[in-house]
Amino acid sequence: MKKTFETDLLVIGGGAAGLCAAAEAAGAGANVTVIESDLHPGGQLVKQTHKFFGSRDEYAGTRGYKIAEILLDEIKSLGDKVDIRCNSTVTGYYPEDGVFTVMKGEDEYYRIKAKKAVMATGAQERMIPFTNNDLPGVYGAGAVQTLMNVYGVVPGKKVIMVGAGNIGLIVSYQLAQAGVEVAAVVEAMPKIGGYWVHAAKIRRLGIPILLRHTVVEATGDKVLDGAVIQELDDKFQLIGEPVKVDCDIICMAVGLTPTTELFWQAGCKMQFVPQLCGYVPFRDKTMRTSCPDMWVAGDASGIEEASAAMVEGRIAGHSAAAALGLKTDAKKFDEYWTRLDHLRAGEVGEKILAGIGQVLVSGWEA
Amino acid sequence: MGCSCNCLDKEKLFNSGILVEHSTGAVLPPKEAWEKKKGGYAVIECPKRIPCNPCYTSCPTGAVLPFADINDTPEIDYEKCTGCGICVSRCPGLACFVIDLTYSDDKAVIKLPYELIPLPQKGALVKCLDRTGKEAACGEVIAVTEPSKDRTYVVSVVIPKALADDIRAIKVVC
Ligand SMILES: Cc1cc2nc3c(=O)[nH]c(=O)nc-3n(C[C@H](O)[C@H](O)[C@H](O)COP(=O)(O)OP(=O)(O)OC[C@H]3O[C@@H](n4cnc5c(N)ncnc54)[C@H](O)[C@@H]3O)c2cc1C
Ligand code: SF4
Ligand code: SF4
Repeated sequence: MKKTFETDLLVIGGGAAGLCAAAEAAGAGANVTVIESDLHPGGQLVKQTHKFFGSRDEYAGTRGYKIAEILLDEIKSLGDKVDIRCNSTVTGYYPEDGVFTVMKGEDEYYRIKAKKAVMATGAQERMIPFTNNDLPGVYGAGAVQTLMNVYGVVPGKKVIMVGAGNIGLIVSYQLAQAGVEVAAVVEAMPKIGGYWVHAAKIRRLGIPILLRHTVVEATGDKVLDGAVIQELDDKFQLIGEPVKVDCDIICMAVGLTPTTELFWQAGCKMQFVPQLCGYVPFRDKTMRTSCPDMWVAGDASGIEEASAAMVEGRIAGHSAAAALGLKTDAKKFDEYWTRLDHLRAGEVGEKILAGIGQVLVSGWEA
Repeated sequence: MGCSCNCLDKEKLFNSGILVEHSTGAVLPPKEAWEKKKGGYAVIECPKRIPCNPCYTSCPTGAVLPFADINDTPEIDYEKCTGCGICVSRCPGLACFVIDLTYSDDKAVIKLPYELIPLPQKGALVKCLDRTGKEAACGEVIAVTEPSKDRTYVVSVVIPKALADDIRAIKVVC
């Protein structure tokens, strides 16, 4: 058996939350290993060519991929405290002996033993069922963004976007920027789910947003050549005539679900929270789960925004460093919570707070 | 496209991202002062509360009033607004514009944010679009700047003054 690799703090996922957790803990003196499935760190951030909302503390007005660069620079400035290993996936956790297993690339397999772990595994895209939704040409919004904004490949000529949440709205905008015609955004709800200003900016480019509409069928023989869309009534029942729209892409932006397999394996106490978009671990204010050596941060703790994911990452990293016996500044902890409270003070935040209320514990039994 | 909805329904339009009336966070400058103000005033269209404040933190003169809460909608002190257009280039929602009504008797200038290709050149004629993307007029580009050097350009376009409250985007026709 190969030797087991050891680290003080293991951060699983090198997205917004994971990078902030790593930077914060390393800043306090911890030796950190970040394991990231993708070929490069940054998570969702690297695909975000638009400017982010938020406040200065969360780099508002900065494009997402630039924020990833800023976080990586911060980590670099901490010397060799943080070891980021890309193209590596944590495939399992074995509570009996506290070992994580890692696949590097396709064939290298090894084990990691960590004193503490921050699990910032992000989220997975949802799909909705409709006839032929497995035809080539039906994409998730994340795939479209990766093709366009990471690899510079235009995914098609004409698209129907499904979902008018922030992701559907902003990916429509990015498609328009890439010269792809957005035939329409269809949204089942009677109003857009994303920020109004995001919707306004695609509307004025002539992109229709059809509320109370959905996709019922993808057409095409071997590849997609059209979408059939139809109106919905207020009980989400199909009404009106189905309308066929010629297009070569259907892009699904119908929501995200927290990625939580490792929490289940670890035996963390979990609960289904609709406002947080799926099963999430219980946590205390330090983002510690019911497994005392494990913390959660970012979309894995409930779908929110990168701004909140970054602050949660800071909190988790801070607290994991303290648990490692390192000296941390308690003032920072309060400051981070003040920031989170500010971010969650709006309309969208109400829902998030209601969700968090169901899984936040005041403290774990020692 | 075969949309069977009643598209004249104001609430429905607003719920899909079209400003149908000016309200908190999306007000027009006071008419009399605006008509005389060389350089124009900021016109912001951000009517919903969202956690965002670069319009306030980037305004060099303090014309965007302080946000008590980051979710507040922007409010402008027109006495302080110079029409500089910094907010136009900084707002991540592309919701800030500057409109100068003093250009000529019947023409105004709108400074709008632009992040598409091709980038228009000074002197180009462009199609001016309303809030639904409909072509409302043809306009001449008189300046293209990149105030924050971050690829959000600010394009100044001469438009019919009567359409100052309609035109909010441009389309470059080659
Ligand atoms: C189209 C789009 C637009 C958005 N726009 C905005 C915006 O304008 N403003 C804003 O604040 N937020 C925005 N967001 C949301 C924001 O991107 C996310 O909230 C944020 O990225 C969450 O960070 P995270 O670190 O939790 O997850 P991620 O960024 O998803 O990172 C998780 C990482 O974990 C890795 N991973 C998962 N499982 C494993 C494993 N087992 N082993 C190793 N690695 C693993 C993944 O590869 C991934 O890189 C947007 C999201 C999308 C999709
Ligand atoms: S135009 Fe200039 S002065 Fe006026 S609100 Fe915008 S940034 Fe402030
Ligand atoms: S910066 Fe733009 S999107 Fe943000 S609050 Fe100000 S006007 Fe609204």
